[in-house]
Amino acid sequence: MMDKFTTLTGIAAPMPLVNIDTDMIIPKQFLKTIKRSGLGKNLFDEMRYNDDGSEKPEFVLNQPAYRQAQIIVAGDNFGCGSSREHAPWALLDFGIRAVISTSYADIFYNNCFKNGILPVVLPAEAVAKLMDDARNGANARITIDLQAQTVTGADGQSYSFEIDPFKKEVLLNGLDDIGLTMQKASAIADFEKSAAQSRPWV
Amino acid sequence: MSGPRTLYDKIWDAHVAHQAEDGTCLLYIDRHLVHEVTSPQAFEGLRMAGRPVHAPDKTIAVPDHNVPTTPGRDKHIDNEESRIQVEALDKNARDFGINYYPVSDIRQGIVHIVGPEQGWTLPGMTVVCGDSHTATHGAFGALAHGIGTSEVEHVLATQTLIQKKSKNMKVEITGKLRPGVTAKDITLSVIGATGTAGGTGYVIEYCGEAIRDLSMEGRMTVCNMAIEGGARAGLIAPDEKTFAYVMGRPHAPKGAQWEAALAWWKTLFTDEGAHFDKVVVLKGEDIAPVVTWGTSPEDVLPINGVVPDPESFEGGKVEAARRSLDYMGLKAGQKLTDIQIDTVFIGSCTNGRIEDLRAAAAILKGKKIKDGMRAMVVPGSGLVRAQAEEEGLAQIFIDAGFEWRLAGCSMCLAMNPDQLSPGERCAATSNRNFEGRQGRGGRTHLLSPAMAAAAAVTGRLTDVREMMGETV
Repeated sequence: MMDKFTTLTGIAAPMPLVNIDTDMIIPKQFLKTIKRSGLGKNLFDEMRYNDDGSEKPEFVLNQPAYRQAQIIVAGDNFGCGSSREHAPWALLDFGIRAVISTSYADIFYNNCFKNGILPVVLPAEAVAKLMDDARNGANARITIDLQAQTVTGADGQSYSFEIDPFKKEVLLNGLDDIGLTMQKASAIADFEKSAAQSRPWV
Repeated sequence: MSGPRTLYDKIWDAHVAHQAEDGTCLLYIDRHLVHEVTSPQAFEGLRMAGRPVHAPDKTIAVPDHNVPTTPGRDKHIDNEESRIQVEALDKNARDFGINYYPVSDIRQGIVHIVGPEQGWTLPGMTVVCGDSHTATHGAFGALAHGIGTSEVEHVLATQTLIQKKSKNMKVEITGKLRPGVTAKDITLSVIGATGTAGGTGYVIEYCGEAIRDLSMEGRMTVCNMAIEGGARAGLIAPDEKTFAYVMGRPHAPKGAQWEAALAWWKTLFTDEGAHFDKVVVLKGEDIAPVVTWGTSPEDVLPINGVVPDPESFEGGKVEAARRSLDYMGLKAGQKLTDIQIDTVFIGSCTNGRIEDLRAAAAILKGKKIKDGMRAMVVPGSGLVRAQAEEEGLAQIFIDAGFEWRLAGCSMCLAMNPDQLSPGERCAATSNRNFEGRQGRGGRTHLLSPAMAAAAAVTGRLTDVREMMGETV
């Protein structure tokens, strides 16, 4: 069952690079699992570890201030590339519950909502300001309130964000999509009956 | 419906099983393609909830991402994790009664090549797969896009997806292509023009004379990379070429059903005056053979260009370009044709079809690859492989010094043993040049099959037109 997302106050890690792709978030060698759990240790694997497995100290999530980060403030077009849901699984397993960026790739964006992760879209100026907050680590915690649709920075300034009402509802209540759709089984059956007449070759 | 509609509108309207007041729809899915990497957790979810697959006859599975491309793989896969994933797909296909092409079947191949080849993909359908390159099927005028594993489970359980309609973009390629310019150059040039986020939130319809002139294989190449431009899906209206390709395929309709299907398919075009939210127009004659220089598919330049200066970009792209050049081991101002190549990979769902192999073989005929070059061809399916052998293409590749492999995704994403070593530089016909995509530290230049073949011969990125005797 998916965890609800209501409000979150936490440390945000700054990742200003644009076009952070899902191969960076979780490289393909970790897609060979048949489970959803345990991917956090390989989150951002190639950016985070040297060839010998030791940590790269300069990588943001290896720095003491960000080991407990729950939010990532990211450059434009976060999560582009492959459809792998292993990307949000790895983020979640590490402890990331929200991402803040100007834009996301479509499939990654949808995948987040299936896993209790909130991808917040804000204008470039707001993301730049929150990126500065994130650079201050634990001294500048960021608060996200999904019900109110606001992100509040360390200086108390709030930014409103837009979100699809259905996706918001699902996240606020930790709802199971399949269960919701199953309630509309008769509509699906009706559609199938009529499609069998109109497009029998399908 | 009132008013003129786009192709996307028409397919969408024909598949809405339920619409809520806020516009959230249940979109009915006609074909669900499944592979071994993004499905195990979805089938496990079904088992835990005691749910069957809602429409097993509309669900088609094939292992492709993990499979080795060397002989003996039908008996044993060395890598344990890969073997477990392929075995899990075998078992899930059996337990849930879905259509399946195991590794031992000649019809096995990359899921996006097998679907069209077997006639599963038809015009006007909705097609999904837990793979971002599902956009490929849009070449048939099918609304096709990638989904995550939770959505795979949702489709398995209900044969629907919860969706809101995307915006609609028209990408028109006018006029004729010049010699040496291919579908791959079109699709990379579009991404170069719009950026990797340019299509975010859109479904693209590709149109114009240069698109109409493409074969079905070429159209699949164009739609395949719609996702690299950020789009949800790419579409091309079906026409006589589409119908000719589909007719007689194993799962295409026959007899009276064929006639009925054809009558509907012929209505699948964008009406005069229908609304697009965004329009992009490129002139076919302005498109050159292109290559990528960086680590994003938008990093595209004509082959006669030079590596750009990161400072010439704006915003976050400056730092990204610096990082790219560092990773790629390139310097600003360096001529692209001076870049030395270690490896050539021809294959993938982008360029692993018969026409792609013909284009590469036409360049390679009677030639040898550069000394020390590692070059491999991985056909997109067992049937493409067999056809290439029959046409004598396989022998041309082998004589030139290429390895002639079995079908799969292979070095496009390097989940199987076909990988680059750190620093190894590859000219690849695949779709992503991300850091580490083809192997940790590997450096990827994306290009067309003909350009890849030319690079294999000279050992550096090469303007294929020089080898065709064309004046540039």
